Amino acid sequence: MRALGNNIMMKRTLLIAAAVLGLSAPAFAAGETPVPPQLKWSFHGPFGTFDRAQLQRGFKVYREVCSSCHSLSYVAFRNLAQPGGPEFSEAQVKALAAEYKIQDGPNDAGDMFERAGRPADHFPAPFPNENAAAAANGGKAPPDLSLMAKARTYERGFPWFVFDMFTQFAETGPDYVHAVLTGYEEAPADFKVPEGGHFNEYYPGHVIAMPKPLSDGQVEYPKDANGQPQAPETVEQYSRDVTAFLMWTAEPHLEARKRIGFQAILFLIVLSGLLYFTKKKIWARVGHSDLTTHQA
Amino acid sequence: MSQHPTTYVPKSAFGKWFESRLPIAGLIHSSFIAFPVPRNLNYFWTFGAILVFMLVSQIVTGVFLAMYYTPNASLAFQSVEHIMRDVNYGWLLRYLHANGASMFFVAVYIHIFRGLYYGSYKAPREILWILGVIIYGLMMATAFMGYVLPWGQMSFWGATVITNILAAIPVVGDTIQSLLWGGYSVGNPTLNRFFSIHYLLPFMIFGVVILHIWALHVPGQNNPTGVPIKSGKDAVPFTPYATIKDIFATVVFMIFFAWFVFYIPNYLGHADNYIPANPSVTPAHIVPEWYFLPFYAILRAIPDKLGGVIAMFASIAVLAFVPWLDTSRVRSTNYRPLYKQFFWILVADTLLLGWLGAKPPEGWYVIVSQIATAYYFIHFLIILPVLGFIERPLPLPNSILDSVMGVKGGAGLPTGANAEPQSKG
Repeated sequence: MRALGNNIMMKRTLLIAAAVLGLSAPAFAAGETPVPPQLKWSFHGPFGTFDRAQLQRGFKVYREVCSSCHSLSYVAFRNLAQPGGPEFSEAQVKALAAEYKIQDGPNDAGDMFERAGRPADHFPAPFPNENAAAAANGGKAPPDLSLMAKARTYERGFPWFVFDMFTQFAETGPDYVHAVLTGYEEAPADFKVPEGGHFNEYYPGHVIAMPKPLSDGQVEYPKDANGQPQAPETVEQYSRDVTAFLMWTAEPHLEARKRIGFQAILFLIVLSGLLYFTKKKIWARVGHSDLTTHQA
Repeated sequence: MSQHPTTYVPKSAFGKWFESRLPIAGLIHSSFIAFPVPRNLNYFWTFGAILVFMLVSQIVTGVFLAMYYTPNASLAFQSVEHIMRDVNYGWLLRYLHANGASMFFVAVYIHIFRGLYYGSYKAPREILWILGVIIYGLMMATAFMGYVLPWGQMSFWGATVITNILAAIPVVGDTIQSLLWGGYSVGNPTLNRFFSIHYLLPFMIFGVVILHIWALHVPGQNNPTGVPIKSGKDAVPFTPYATIKDIFATVVFMIFFAWFVFYIPNYLGHADNYIPANPSVTPAHIVPEWYFLPFYAILRAIPDKLGGVIAMFASIAVLAFVPWLDTSRVRSTNYRPLYKQFFWILVADTLLLGWLGAKPPEGWYVIVSQIATAYYFIHFLIILPVLGFIERPLPLPNSILDSVMGVKGGAGLPTGANAEPQSKG
């Protein structure tokens, strides 16, 4: 009991120390992490929308590359057909879902069983549980990707964070994800990469557990009328496409949000204009209204 | 609700019958229709109405969110994503609620600084002011607990840091902490009780807001001159004059609100909160929401833990004593040339503390935090009392009407006693 108490006390003391003293100590000491390059994303700005073809390509990259280690558990197959996303057809989604084996049950006999996937199913995870995922990946489970594009960022710093409010720059997450996917390089001669780690220019501390996932020509893209791939089959393009796809999985209603937002703000501006003139007319009866602060 | 005798006369027989039994129509009439409002209020006085709107908006969106949210440590994060993805317009409800908290604080900070600038805390409005400080405290508790509910990394670690702070309180600290935790660390019982209290506090805020408005309606509103209403010509009836202006200002504020909700809904949040809570992984930076940053900077500026906690609570509590710390008899800072400068230095100091609160507590950030913290207290405990004795205020106008009409001050003060001809604008 005493040992337990001490343990708790100790834990508490450590937490307190972390809280009060060292909370925001710089995450990593090993070298400066460069700022990810800012890309032009189709979903940026007040009228931003996703590029359907890009989301479909990005989904292909996820499916053929990322999904072998990373789950996408908040996304259902049916989402791939809903408006504002990759907008695959219902038939495509049905066929796609059927390619997956989903564990279901228990049935009447009390047994779990496997069946073909249906559009309402969520993407199955590559590992049965987190421990299995960790055991197969050097001790740390690969994170779920559903929210990745919103769950990562980098510090903008003053005064940029002020400007971002006006320019609606909200793509630090996608920029970071793209930068990490393209940031694999040879480690500098004086930088020692520990066992099981990989050098990445943009990953904080530069040592990332994930090996370089993408290489040129790895994923075959749909062909256009001339028999050429509709986008270059390069690491750069794969990274952009899969990042756009992950932005959609993180924010599946982004298009509706921006569209409704424009309507709402337009409505509010017109309403406020009408209210302003109503207010002016009412206050005209008493002459000067609210000018006095300047007349002190 | 006020001392003003109601001029409400029910017209219908039912109205008369009802009014003689429950005079609520008369109360509303005297409080929000006939209530005299100084005619010279500027737009800073519309933030009271904006705050009422924000409170109602938070309660309404919150009630709907609670229909879908699950306050369980293993389901909470998922239930929030369910709201964001599958509930019809769930993303809108959640973004309204999350950004609404920030908008509530934007409005309350403008409201508080307006009170500080125009001396709205001075007699006879001390109780009104203290009720405001209580509302502010309740708001902070509500916002903090609300941020814990999505059960992301920042929720969990923010809760851990803040509840650990409370453990520093002598004698009762440990008990308070275990009561909040419901165990030996932040966990499922913590989430359950935070959800319960998060649902409770807004209604307590609502109650105190009613007292706040009641206390406002006894002396009436302050105004940019600080000179009280002396005759009917100084005032206009609340409806339609104040109502239309408040509605207009609220709609303009809604545009600002909508900009965040629809275009940059995660700007004021933390990316880390889209990672599910994990007690074994500490985020690189644990930072509270922006509206707590000045106090967080004060907490960390003091090298001693208990000292930091005392300083943080004192920095809020000191506001309650402002009516007595300010010794000047002039309300409006417009007529206080010296205090005006110190007021803006305080604003800058608070913003600086906010910026420091987001920075790691190391190197020169610590020194600057300490200086800014010291200045914060010096402002309230030394500058404010001393200025009242040494400052020579500008002449006050005789009345609100004089001020509106551009008549230069008098009120028994030596200069400017002769009224200038009326000048428009």
